[in-house]
Amino acid sequence: MSNSIPEIEDCPMMLCVGTNMTECHPIIALRVKKAVRKGAKLFVVDPRKIPLAELADGHLQIQLGSDVALFNAMAKVIIDEDLHDKEYVEQRTEGFEELKKHLESFTLEYAEEISGVPKDLIRECAIEYGSAERAGIYYTLGITEHICGVSNVQSLCNLALITGNLGKRSAGVNPLRGQNNIQGAGDAGALPNNYPGFQDVTSAENREKFEKAWGVPLDPDKGITKITALDHAVDGRLKAMWICGENTLVTDPDVKHTTKALESLDFFVVQDMFLTDTAQKAHVVFPAAAFTEVDGFFTNSDRRIQRIRKASDPPGEAKPDWWIIAEVAKRMESGVHFEYDSSREVFDELASVSPIYAGLDYDRIDSGELHWPVPDHDHPGTPVLHEGEFINGKGKLQLLDYVPPSENPDDEYPFYLTTGRRLPTYHTNTMTGRSEGFRILVPNEWLEIHPRDAEKLGFEDGDWARISSRRGDVTTRIAITRTSPVGTVFMSFAFPEETLTNNITNPDVDPITETPEFKVAAVAVERIDAPAGFSAEPALREGSGRDLPSHG
Amino acid sequence: MTDTMKMQLDGQEVSFTEGETVLEVARREGTFVPTLCWDERLDPYGSCRLCVVEVEGRRIPASSCTLEAEEGMVVRTGSDKLRKMQSTLVEMVLSENPGDECPRCRDIGTCEVHELAEQFDVGRERFLGAISNASKEDSNPFLLRDYDRCISCFRCVRICAEVEGDYAITMTGRGWNKGIATAFGGPLMGSECTLCGQCIYTCPTGALADKKMVGQGSIPGKVEETRSICPYCGTGCSINLHARDGKMIGVTPALDGPVNEGALCVKGQFGFDFVNSNDRLTMPLVRKEGQLTPVSWDEALDYTAQRFKSIRAEHGPKAFYAIASGRAPGEGAYMLQKFTRAVMNSNQVDNCSRA
Repeated sequence: MSNSIPEIEDCPMMLCVGTNMTECHPIIALRVKKAVRKGAKLFVVDPRKIPLAELADGHLQIQLGSDVALFNAMAKVIIDEDLHDKEYVEQRTEGFEELKKHLESFTLEYAEEISGVPKDLIRECAIEYGSAERAGIYYTLGITEHICGVSNVQSLCNLALITGNLGKRSAGVNPLRGQNNIQGAGDAGALPNNYPGFQDVTSAENREKFEKAWGVPLDPDKGITKITALDHAVDGRLKAMWICGENTLVTDPDVKHTTKALESLDFFVVQDMFLTDTAQKAHVVFPAAAFTEVDGFFTNSDRRIQRIRKASDPPGEAKPDWWIIAEVAKRMESGVHFEYDSSREVFDELASVSPIYAGLDYDRIDSGELHWPVPDHDHPGTPVLHEGEFINGKGKLQLLDYVPPSENPDDEYPFYLTTGRRLPTYHTNTMTGRSEGFRILVPNEWLEIHPRDAEKLGFEDGDWARISSRRGDVTTRIAITRTSPVGTVFMSFAFPEETLTNNITNPDVDPITETPEFKVAAVAVERIDAPAGFSAEPALREGSGRDLPSHG
Repeated sequence: MTDTMKMQLDGQEVSFTEGETVLEVARREGTFVPTLCWDERLDPYGSCRLCVVEVEGRRIPASSCTLEAEEGMVVRTGSDKLRKMQSTLVEMVLSENPGDECPRCRDIGTCEVHELAEQFDVGRERFLGAISNASKEDSNPFLLRDYDRCISCFRCVRICAEVEGDYAITMTGRGWNKGIATAFGGPLMGSECTLCGQCIYTCPTGALADKKMVGQGSIPGKVEETRSICPYCGTGCSINLHARDGKMIGVTPALDGPVNEGALCVKGQFGFDFVNSNDRLTMPLVRKEGQLTPVSWDEALDYTAQRFKSIRAEHGPKAFYAIASGRAPGEGAYMLQKFTRAVMNSNQVDNCSRA
């Protein structure tokens, strides 16, 4: 996030895009609700009638994957209405004239046709965003999990840049990270193109620095992404893999492909708390300690580095992740330093090689008050990025084109499927599903479908359905709900043992980040008899909480 | 620009800024003013009357939580008369509560009502009356509701509305029949309630409790509290881990957590006990004759290092790939990328942010 979470409550105009915040980031949503109570405007862009939309001044119920058309049209309205920040555009951006010209074809009529959002609502949203003193954009995977994910993000950045909303409090462009330490994993250098602290591996200067720090020659070429790595496993270029704490088999799109990739490996190591579906494919499984059993750090969405602390004992011989990796490394006899006695020593080494953590050590992160970059020990941290200037000079406005999703409904697969999480079932349910009580709240998967579609297919609530795509099929119960728009159905992926949603999701990826298009697949839905042992009871237990769809 | 103004508090001159209440000024100055319906996260409510103070020029004591400080105001907080009023109020609150062991005091250490009872050295006997015998029935898995212990401060109703924004519960009835209920009086599941548990940790009594923690206080052994961070989404909420004899027994929200300010969601509040799951991995496993078989750490580590070595020798550095976790602590991610780069000699490392 360019800005910190507590700043949200003072944001007078919030644009929340592809973020089902009350279910996926409930505590960030509290700040949004607080801002609304203080009188802020809220516009929600989401294909589904998510709970946040109930609080909004406007809900732009967008067609899946039409974001660029919508946000380009908003940028055009802002410029046409002379609401852009001319001083900021002049001083801090480049490419404005080119952008203005590029946007000529992105009329409200065009945007309405592509996105399905009434043009007056698009215009209203643009004017509110463009005329607000401060405006914040908040988005989640509804923006990034598309074949055009990078363009989607850049179309939002254009809006923030032309209105001067990057580099000031309670504004910015703010992706909400979906996992506790996904930011920290990237910060620590677990990326194929970056050393710790987002230092490019292809820069000779950076490479020399790390060669000096670690005392060995390093590879000058950037690595492949995890997505390509699975392809390389299938075609035999990749022979060995070590996966720490990821249930890849269940989380990646097109399970058949992932299964083939993992089964092709000569040597496969998994490190986890549980014998997950992925771990069951491994040749070696290392038992990892849980978050309550170790000291360490998590870095959250707003770049805040915080300490976790050991409170309980690991079961049996489970060990901290860093210890396991160091022990393997030592036995490789590479001569590289891997003699660590504590997580503190590991963190201090990370801080010594990462400019954004340079001012940190375990004592300084004790209170959890600091947001990176923290370049030196006297630096107070950086809750707001890009104040005064951008790191790379001027903010480049991007000329973006609308690209339709890679799969669209046709006669054979007439529905759009989009996927996401639900409040009480986190991700693949490996943690929530093992915590007592959660399976009472949400006992199974279900497919959300609009009443009009359900009627057309002859469905009643609680019926069973087979959902199939070009990759495969799954079965689950039906819940008839107006949360889903006509023509689009929704599922989570929290019950892989009975409904392996990623059997049917779309593996096509954004060409730059290689993030798959989890948010759009074309599917067919057909009614089937309840499987043996299941009654045709409603998919949702009575009273499963407000975040479940209301019937009818 | 807010001007600093002055008032007198128990004979001392103190400064305040416009809009501050007398209670806020007193708390900041470290002056003891008892409260029950007050929570700094909520709008002042003025219902419990415990925070009464004497203000020069006013005939009767005023509730300091709703009283804005004024320039030149002269306030006294601890006179015998006030203390008598306060202690009587605490006695009356106690008298409506059951006399058995308070579950909050037993399981979490203390509740605000019983802390005040101890401070004022009063019991429930003097005004002993009827107990409401409210139903404890609520079939949800997480939240215990025992309204016999409710003192009608409505902090639960207010936090649900003002902070959580869910308006799942409301006040119902009048007088003796006053209570807390969901719309149409049904159970929490099926109402607007998301089972976030925020009401539990604003409740000043044992009327609301975390079912996972109930009874923990009667098990022998010291409960240790450790500050940590929630392991679910990327918000980074501060939590306190409660453990006895090295085993997790519960989570409470850290009220001073910089991101969450005492709020948690259903996952962060109640979803911790996967760590106690009996299917946790406890030993390294190595596949032998097709079966994953428990082995010693030495065997698993030696075998792994030897296999990685031979694959690198035979197929080169790019035949290896590592994926770091976005869930585990960052030290592991640092180590895995260092291993990949400095030991396996490639940049073939990623984390789970793409899929």
